[in-house]
Amino acid sequence: MSVYHRPVSNTWWLKRKPYILFMIRELTSVFVAGYCLFLLVLVYKLTQGADAYGNFMVALKLPSSVALHLISLTFVLYHTITWFNLTPKILVLYRGEERIHQGLVAGTFYAVWAVISFMVVWLVLGV
Amino acid sequence: MAKSNEPIWWSLFSAGGMVAAMVLPILIVITGILVPFGLAGEDPLNFERIHSAVSQKDSVKLVLFIVITLPFFHWAHRFRFTLVDVGLKSVSTLISVLCYGGAIAGTIISVVIFWNI
Repeated sequence: MSVYHRPVSNTWWLKRKPYILFMIRELTSVFVAGYCLFLLVLVYKLTQGADAYGNFMVALKLPSSVALHLISLTFVLYHTITWFNLTPKILVLYRGEERIHQGLVAGTFYAVWAVISFMVVWLVLGV
Repeated sequence: MAKSNEPIWWSLFSAGGMVAAMVLPILIVITGILVPFGLAGEDPLNFERIHSAVSQKDSVKLVLFIVITLPFFHWAHRFRFTLVDVGLKSVSTLISVLCYGGAIAGTIISVVIFWNI
């Protein structure tokens, strides 16, 4: 006996706004991985010497590079926000018998995010 | 119940998602805005400084390696289900192999690059 599956169109996610937002959230992972590949290339250029690395850093000034960065930033920020808001629903923490409020968990994530961001600026840029 | 390796992929997905959420936005601001527009001083990411920081400290190497590789697994897990969701259910095994395989390949390449620095 085979089970009947109601056919679902491949464009189901275009039908409602929450579905579209869900799909955008899932697609942020492409920009996440893409930027990590960029970082990997940067480290690779480091291994290739000062000239190769220098040329790569000059290329950061190209309008295409800035544009790609801005697009990536938009998607990655969407990842960060959805991640921080969603994780407390899955990560159930208790203090004694009482469940710690989801808003408090999310708020902690945002606070840690701010601290880490400052630390990264301080460590990477040395300012 | 059959044994599943799903918890491993899910753990890597979550860890990668958290690392990406915490660290990537500010890094993108640095390499995409602050550095190209000269808002962070004269060439703060110059070769000598970054090369010595990465090559001489194992802790820096390790952190950078984690920041680069864990999000690959975050992508693999999400993208796998996205492709299945848009109708590629019939080739879901192949998709899993390609996605997780891609993340593993990226990690191996990263090991080699970091090893040679």
